[in-house]
Amino acid sequence: MSPDIGAPAGSGTFAPAPGAAPVARQLLTQAGMEARLMLRNGEQLLLAVVIPVIVLVGAVRSADRLDLGIDGRPVDVLTPGVLALAVMSTAFTSLAIATGFERRYGVLKRLGTAPLSRTTLLGGKVAALLAVEVVQFVVIGGVGLALGWDGPDGFVGVLAVVLAALCGTAAFASLGMLIAGTLRAEATLAAANLVYLLLLAGGAVILPVSTYGGLGEVVQWLPSGALGEAMRSASDGVVAVRDLLVLVAWAAVGSVLTARTFQWE
Amino acid sequence: MLVDGLVMRYGDRTAVDGLSFEVEAHTVTAVLGPNGAGKTTTLETCEGYRRPQAGTVRVLGLDPVRQRQDLLPRIGVMLQAGGAWSGARADEMLRHFARLHANPLPTDVLVERLALHECGRTPYRRLSGGQQQRLGLALALIGRPELVFVDEPTAGLDPQIRRGVWELLEELRADGVTVVLTTHYLEEAERLADKVHILDQGRLVASGSPLELTRGGTVATIRLVVTQPFPAGAPEALARALGDTTELTVLDPLSLQVSGPADGTTLATVAAWCADHDVLPESLSLGQRNLEDVFLELTGREDLR
Repeated sequence: MSPDIGAPAGSGTFAPAPGAAPVARQLLTQAGMEARLMLRNGEQLLLAVVIPVIVLVGAVRSADRLDLGIDGRPVDVLTPGVLALAVMSTAFTSLAIATGFERRYGVLKRLGTAPLSRTTLLGGKVAALLAVEVVQFVVIGGVGLALGWDGPDGFVGVLAVVLAALCGTAAFASLGMLIAGTLRAEATLAAANLVYLLLLAGGAVILPVSTYGGLGEVVQWLPSGALGEAMRSASDGVVAVRDLLVLVAWAAVGSVLTARTFQWE
Repeated sequence: MLVDGLVMRYGDRTAVDGLSFEVEAHTVTAVLGPNGAGKTTTLETCEGYRRPQAGTVRVLGLDPVRQRQDLLPRIGVMLQAGGAWSGARADEMLRHFARLHANPLPTDVLVERLALHECGRTPYRRLSGGQQQRLGLALALIGRPELVFVDEPTAGLDPQIRRGVWELLEELRADGVTVVLTTHYLEEAERLADKVHILDQGRLVASGSPLELTRGGTVATIRLVVTQPFPAGAPEALARALGDTTELTVLDPLSLQVSGPADGTTLATVAAWCADHDVLPESLSLGQRNLEDVFLELTGREDLR
């Protein structure tokens, strides 16, 4: 039975005229709302933009005095690493925390009463993440360029950055949703921040796998390591197929587990 | 809407136990019951949040779980609490929900009718309970649904706004919307509902229009207060005059109460008795059974207002 999407029937202010909006409009509406809320929230903005910029400027400055074990110019290695960190903070930490509280406050329950399918809702969330990442890349990339970064190498480099961002978003978003859909909101908040800090410190996001010595063998299989490497290769104009496949595998595992375990309330 | 033999259990507690009732289109139906009677569980099953463990539920002819995507555009749901991003503003929430629907109401109609302009730019988490409640009702109505479920629509609202909500719900019915509401306020059910279903411990204990339910006992109460103590033997004479169908209680030397058939004869007998015994009434009041009396008789509980 298809809903009536004609003009309002009958008379009176509240005369029924039910119907769902076209999916494209729903998706844009949902994405716009979520992106606005994310960028308006002080803590999220701190996580999305301020911390990565501080990390980038701090690391580039200290690399002049400290030996970070980096081959080549520090800014060319660190900027793509911080871009990877930005993807991780938005797709994993911000998404997990926001979704955890959406569950807690019944937002998902209420959205479940609107004619919005789960696929469109998830699509809206992903689109919101990508919109926020565009803002992050403009700001962080701009700071990187100001510090002397050359930018991604050629058209292939730009394409590789986009691919790395998409695969990284898929992997981290599926893991973020996994945490948000199973733990309580407070536990999600704690876990998402803890994992973020651990991966920031030791996940080969900002510093290349090559600086981790023997541990690099392990770290390169983490989503953080794979995303970091993919982004650094992209900066050099190379599509890192192995790292992208690692990310896709994480996304597949995360999505299957999330689909099985996610609790809407 | 049809609920037939619905059973819902949580662990070993049975929340809904073989419940059956129907809701006619373009009416206001109230589902009443004490806390834990199974009202919210029943509503949430009709809304498709829960799968019936036994029995059948059909809403607008559709299965709320299997045909959810067909059903959702056609219904509006007001939740008891929560349901908004803590940082979102009321007008933002309303516009957001409007854009998810094909033919939404203009948001300013609902803003005006539910006095939501007073929410201004305040984020949801800092709105008062009553404001959150009214926003919840607005979100249920914005998509011009055929049927709305409203869970405790006026709990905690001040009297003036409550009347506004009542008028709104009456207007919905007049415009052809079917309204299913749960409420703790018997006054609300009595005023609004075409049909009332009273639930207790997951079972239906009574159904009917408020009039049918309150007429059930056809008992009227007459309370008489006099200026001077009753003359000796006068109350006994009244009891004889009234006969077996009525019950007379002397409450104190200046007042008495008669419970009997709600007809003119009882009243005439009391008036004639006053004349015969030189009793000067100070006040004579008539009381009809209301939904509250019915409710208390049926559920034996007093946790309702």
